[in-house]
Amino acid sequence: MYRYDEFDARFVAERVQQFRGQVERRLSGELTEDQFKPLRLMNGLYLQLHAYMLRVAVPYGTLSSKQMRMLAHIARKYDKGYGHFTTRQNIQYNWPKLVDVPDLLDDLASVEMHAIQTSGNCVRNVTADHFAGAAADEIEDPRPLAEIIRQWSSLHPEFVFLARKFKIAVGGDKTDRAALQWHDMAVEIVRNAQGRTGYKVIAGGGMGRIPYIAHVMKEFVEREDILAYLEAVLRVYNQDSRRDNIHKQRIKILINTIGPEEFRRRAEREFDEIKRNGTLQLPQEELARITAYFAPPAFETLPDEMPAGDKAFTNWMKTNVYPHRAPGYAIATVTLKSIGAVPGDASADQMDAIADLMDRYSLGEIRVSHEQNLVLPHVRKKDLPAIHARLQALDLATPNAGLITDIIACPGLDYCDLANARSIPIAQDIAHKFADLDRQHDIGELKIKISGCINACGHHHAGHIGILGVDKKGVEFYQLQLGGSGAEDASIGDILGPAFGEHEIADAVERVVDVYLKERTPGERFLDTYRRIGMAQFKTAAYEKPISEKSVA
Amino acid sequence: MSKLIKSSAFIPDTYARVGDDAALPEGAVLVSLARFEKERETLLARNTPVGVLLQSDQSPEKLGDDVTRLSLVALDFPKFRDGRAFSWARMLRTRLGFTGEIRAVGDFLFDQISYQHRVGFDAWLVPDTFRLEDFAKALAEMTDVYQPSADGKKTIRELRAGR
Amino acid sequence: MAHAPVSGPQMLTANCLRQGDVLYWKAGGWVLDFTQGDVFADPAAAAAALEAAQKFVTGNRVVSPYLFEVREQNGKIRPVKEREIVRAAGPSIRTDLGKQAHV
Repeated sequence: MYRYDEFDARFVAERVQQFRGQVERRLSGELTEDQFKPLRLMNGLYLQLHAYMLRVAVPYGTLSSKQMRMLAHIARKYDKGYGHFTTRQNIQYNWPKLVDVPDLLDDLASVEMHAIQTSGNCVRNVTADHFAGAAADEIEDPRPLAEIIRQWSSLHPEFVFLARKFKIAVGGDKTDRAALQWHDMAVEIVRNAQGRTGYKVIAGGGMGRIPYIAHVMKEFVEREDILAYLEAVLRVYNQDSRRDNIHKQRIKILINTIGPEEFRRRAEREFDEIKRNGTLQLPQEELARITAYFAPPAFETLPDEMPAGDKAFTNWMKTNVYPHRAPGYAIATVTLKSIGAVPGDASADQMDAIADLMDRYSLGEIRVSHEQNLVLPHVRKKDLPAIHARLQALDLATPNAGLITDIIACPGLDYCDLANARSIPIAQDIAHKFADLDRQHDIGELKIKISGCINACGHHHAGHIGILGVDKKGVEFYQLQLGGSGAEDASIGDILGPAFGEHEIADAVERVVDVYLKERTPGERFLDTYRRIGMAQFKTAAYEKPISEKSVA
Repeated sequence: MSKLIKSSAFIPDTYARVGDDAALPEGAVLVSLARFEKERETLLARNTPVGVLLQSDQSPEKLGDDVTRLSLVALDFPKFRDGRAFSWARMLRTRLGFTGEIRAVGDFLFDQISYQHRVGFDAWLVPDTFRLEDFAKALAEMTDVYQPSADGKKTIRELRAGR
Repeated sequence: MAHAPVSGPQMLTANCLRQGDVLYWKAGGWVLDFTQGDVFADPAAAAAALEAAQKFVTGNRVVSPYLFEVREQNGKIRPVKEREIVRAAGPSIRTDLGKQAHV
């Protein structure tokens, strides 16, 4: 993985010092809250329902064991002993104090981590496939380019006061595990007809109040031109986006207002100028230099045999182990989704234990997936039983990756100042309801995603079943959507109808699932059946029981 | 009240900011784009410096070829969150080759000065209470930069390569 | 925060700038415990308290003070909105955290 040199280290250290100064100026009153807010957001610091919340960047979801131990240390020293892994591969702490944050950031800097641009109207954490560098069918590891984009976008002087947040993802595989089409901008590594590798750029995707799938901006950008093209898109966005209505200021709105063709024309014009200028050309040597940091580890030559184990182990293998490019190796998912747990949360003790596992079994590396799980990318198949046993002891071995209880839920009204409803208890209700493993396997792949408000941090628009919490006269209600997808077959979920009460939603989900079980043809996932038969039967079943006006226990 | 910083010093503002309906005084004047478009010939025929004040939604492209005849373009920040002027400054320097003064006016933060400096601003209209040492501090907070911009400052990549 | 005129009882809350804690107005100052906070039966009293709270904003002690509705239920004062219920107690899914854990 990437290692800081003196320049990276100084950059992060100076940034912390700068923020320390900003905190002092806020506490002295030299900065008002209105002035301080964008500055603290650009250092990842929110003020939430109960306390401040700090979002720490995990670039393209990759962590070393040293970093994981520091994350545990921070949870203990500055917070309440746990952290939350997010849908953008970052980690959040829910209880830091403003006065402690500069010291916290210094601690992070000591392990080459930071919270730069994890919030604010700027380019955010660049995300990538959590199986990068390990999956068998990868075209190319997306992380070197993600690292190059991370550096290019860090404190980019032209783009730190954009109209809104800007999220970039990089993909290197036909299978899209990074939800590329849902991003403000995404880069897909592709090969053209001549066999040359380059980049396809898409833009204008986004969740939120009005969801959009991205449009293709350019089918093939030469490697050396990629930064020039990304800068061109950002420049058009910064110049041309409206600034008068915060709900209409994402790039998806601009592209869909002027039309993708007109946006492409404007971007092309900027692109030509930037290329002529020449300063953003990405030399082959630089790409090679960064790529070297991500060189595959020296894999041992091992027999490609799957070890045997007990029923619990076999169940875990079915869902949580994925094929690796190297024979004798596998990719193992560490699920943060035990039945009744808070999705995505890990305690400091769990983090330390995971760091030990990383060192012992995964060459010191782990990934954060955008589905609020962790991934050990390079484990030897023969170690799988030992890994599983250890994870079981830590309550991190729930065999449900990709199944109905592998739910994504935003923090929601339990934590978030922006939320309208709680999402975590709904996730817990649904998980309890479907806890039976045989039943889960019978249902198969079903991605439920829950957001507590229209900001859609739970990615509900991309859920096979999406749930959106809404506020009706101060009472929490839940709207169902069906048929969304965050994979390469991206689609926006369709709203079913009126919202359900807090104690009705899990039952409604069950009735919807029952329709799938009744109507599916062999091999069909929930998503496939929905796409084939449409909404009608699901809707009828969901509303079989009338919804109460008030949600009564 | 406010004062002008340029080349790391406070300098007198020699430009009179003239409203759209006010009479043009002698000497250097700073007018709106609307007035400039209406009276460009008169303004450019005078032998004194002309500056145009652009609002955040006004691209310097609207100045057309006249941009080379201006000695000042002032870019307004109506609210510090509105970051369009960062792109306008860059456009003026890099695409349009503007070599005159690019002045930041309006609502901007001390914390934006280093970014403004990078994209091509070289003058700042600041509150009377602003201290010169703070300007130097703003520019010195971050030693190195990752990406090229209008200031031509060497990037970390170039420094790594020893260039 | 502009709302339709409120007739029922209200309380005043804010966040501590330095620590981030949720605070409730009481007698010209702030307390951590919701049950100790002042209840304003009369909108004019509520508005006066909000006004008085501003000096804590300009004094860089608190952030974003605002009024919220409460009502009496079973002899106890409770917030009307779920958001304020959660804010007064702590995360509903971690009863070992937040104010509820100190009771």
